[in-house]
Amino acid sequence: MSRLDPPRVTRRSFLSIASLGSFFAAVGTAAAGLFRLPNPAVLPGPVRRFKLGAPEQFTPGSETLFAEENLVLFRDDDGFYAISTTCTHLGCIVSRAKQGFACPCHGSRFDDRGNVVGGPAPRPLPWLEISRAADGQLVINADNEVPEGTRYRV
Amino acid sequence: MATATREFIRNLHDLPHTVKDAWFRLGKTPESEREESQATFHSLFLHIHSVRVHVRTLSPTLTFGLGLMATGTFLITVVTGLLLMVYYKPSTDLAYQSIKDIHFTVYTGRFIRNIHRWAAQLMVLTVLLHMARVFFTGSYKKPREFNWLVGLGLLVMTLALSFTGYLLPWDQLAYWAITIGSNIANSPRELTDAIGITRWMDPGGFQKRLLLGANYVGQDALIRFYVLHVFLLPVALVTLLGVHFWRIRKDGGLARPEDPMGGKAEWGGAHRTVFEPIPTKTYGLMALVRGQRPTVNRGPENTVMSWPHLFWAELAVFMVTVATTLVLAFYWDAPLKELANAAIPENPAKAPWYFLGIQELVSYSAFTGGLLIPVIVLAGLALIPFLDRRSGGEGMWFGTAGEKPVFRYSLVFAALVTVGMLVFTVNFGWLRNWFPDVHQMWIIIFNPGSLLVLIFAAWSLVVLKRQDSVRLAAVSLFTCFLVSFTILTYFATVHRGPNWHFYWWPSYWPVH
Repeated sequence: MSRLDPPRVTRRSFLSIASLGSFFAAVGTAAAGLFRLPNPAVLPGPVRRFKLGAPEQFTPGSETLFAEENLVLFRDDDGFYAISTTCTHLGCIVSRAKQGFACPCHGSRFDDRGNVVGGPAPRPLPWLEISRAADGQLVINADNEVPEGTRYRV
Repeated sequence: MATATREFIRNLHDLPHTVKDAWFRLGKTPESEREESQATFHSLFLHIHSVRVHVRTLSPTLTFGLGLMATGTFLITVVTGLLLMVYYKPSTDLAYQSIKDIHFTVYTGRFIRNIHRWAAQLMVLTVLLHMARVFFTGSYKKPREFNWLVGLGLLVMTLALSFTGYLLPWDQLAYWAITIGSNIANSPRELTDAIGITRWMDPGGFQKRLLLGANYVGQDALIRFYVLHVFLLPVALVTLLGVHFWRIRKDGGLARPEDPMGGKAEWGGAHRTVFEPIPTKTYGLMALVRGQRPTVNRGPENTVMSWPHLFWAELAVFMVTVATTLVLAFYWDAPLKELANAAIPENPAKAPWYFLGIQELVSYSAFTGGLLIPVIVLAGLALIPFLDRRSGGEGMWFGTAGEKPVFRYSLVFAALVTVGMLVFTVNFGWLRNWFPDVHQMWIIIFNPGSLLVLIFAAWSLVVLKRQDSVRLAAVSLFTCFLVSFTILTYFATVHRGPNWHFYWWPSYWPVH
């Protein structure tokens, strides 16, 4: 046997390497498993479906700010649409500017349809899904986004 | 009378003396060096110091006591934090009211809260300055690479402690700063959205959920931040702090140039000749530490007894720290805005001052400014001692040749570049203002923040080539980032107003 031959793996060293390996695998899995607990299975929070009122309350060409719900409801000749006022940059609430929307935190600018025209925001303001409740009121589902330009016709 | 009774009465009579002796085991002020060393190593709290300390270590202008100040401010926050925990209630319904109670009703509550706040601010400041001191004195070099990494860990812990503490008052400032902060954790989504893989891989969303326990800042977020702030992070920080101190001892005290063999001692007068080791003699088991320091083949000439020299110095630093904190806390109150309101953000919503530099970068791109650049900077800092491996100049400000000029040039260069970039951005905007339809990927890659990083990297490569020294390249890069960080912090503090617009002075802000 020359010096260059790889050393023979004895049963003892094989078993100790294997047991050490399984030990570290178990510790690693357990450590990763610890992160399962703080990762919430159910996201708490209020229901983000809002009843905004009967469609007749909103005249064509009007826009109504719902501050608590963080959205603006528009009605034009084609129908209703709602734009979220939560900035897509870092979650501040945009306010209505002379033209479009402006974010107070980092200066993002959006036009009247929510498209980014300046600042760091990566995406346009989301358009939200509109439906009607059984009593005829408009309902906004703020968790569901619809493509820009989608109108809800009464 | 029985002997036992007599003995009992005598012991009772001696009680004041015996109890005093148990507490003060030496029984008097140490008079000889032997007694001084006993005073040091017979006390648990003093024995983390060596018995003798090098005179250079005691030079105020070597360290400015910054590490000690950081420790002092941390101890202050621990004591005042425990007191605040007596009244604070981590619930969204009660938190704000309990802070108001502490501030307006609880006896000394306002003062204690102010001290907590100011000590936390000073801790961030002194930790940053301490890091700059260690860098510019070349004290991270072998064998102190590991302790440099531990120090970086402590910097991260300090910032995390400060960030988690920010939410607890549950006022407008807290709510919106944490909304922004947690959305920065969410900002990898900017990248995954731009590539279009968020549906399958969403590390940003995972980080945000882990931090907030929800999709918004609410009760779950508050309790998580509370646990991090009052338990997990302090315990982790104390552990790391122990390692940090332990390594200082094991690495042979503070970094300093080697004492020359032979010649005159720096301290102790002309009658002290420098120790010449006898080759056959072995010098004590205490010397079994890394490297040659502190005692192998080294004489005690340039050292003084830790008791009293070092302890007086440390006491003085602690007193200055406490006094500064008390004065600041006495005159300036910790802020408390209105109750958190999810419908109306603060305008401007500003992070604490040490995050404002990052907030300025975030206003270009959330992912690049909030995560990518901080991670690059931390990684760069961590790599310094492993890329700059040549010894020399340890323990001296700008210790190797050419460091001062490189520092000065880099300072001017970084200041010009940063100010130029800010002037340009304020006047002309950036990609989105010129090409509204530009793909987000371009903004993530190419924005004022990433451009600054690239320019500084190029500058330090030029220094590397021209000066032919890794240390000088490191000095130039470190200086650039330090200067840029300072300017960005100043700019975002003073010149950014409502809607993150530029104003010359906060008094020009529009009035609502």
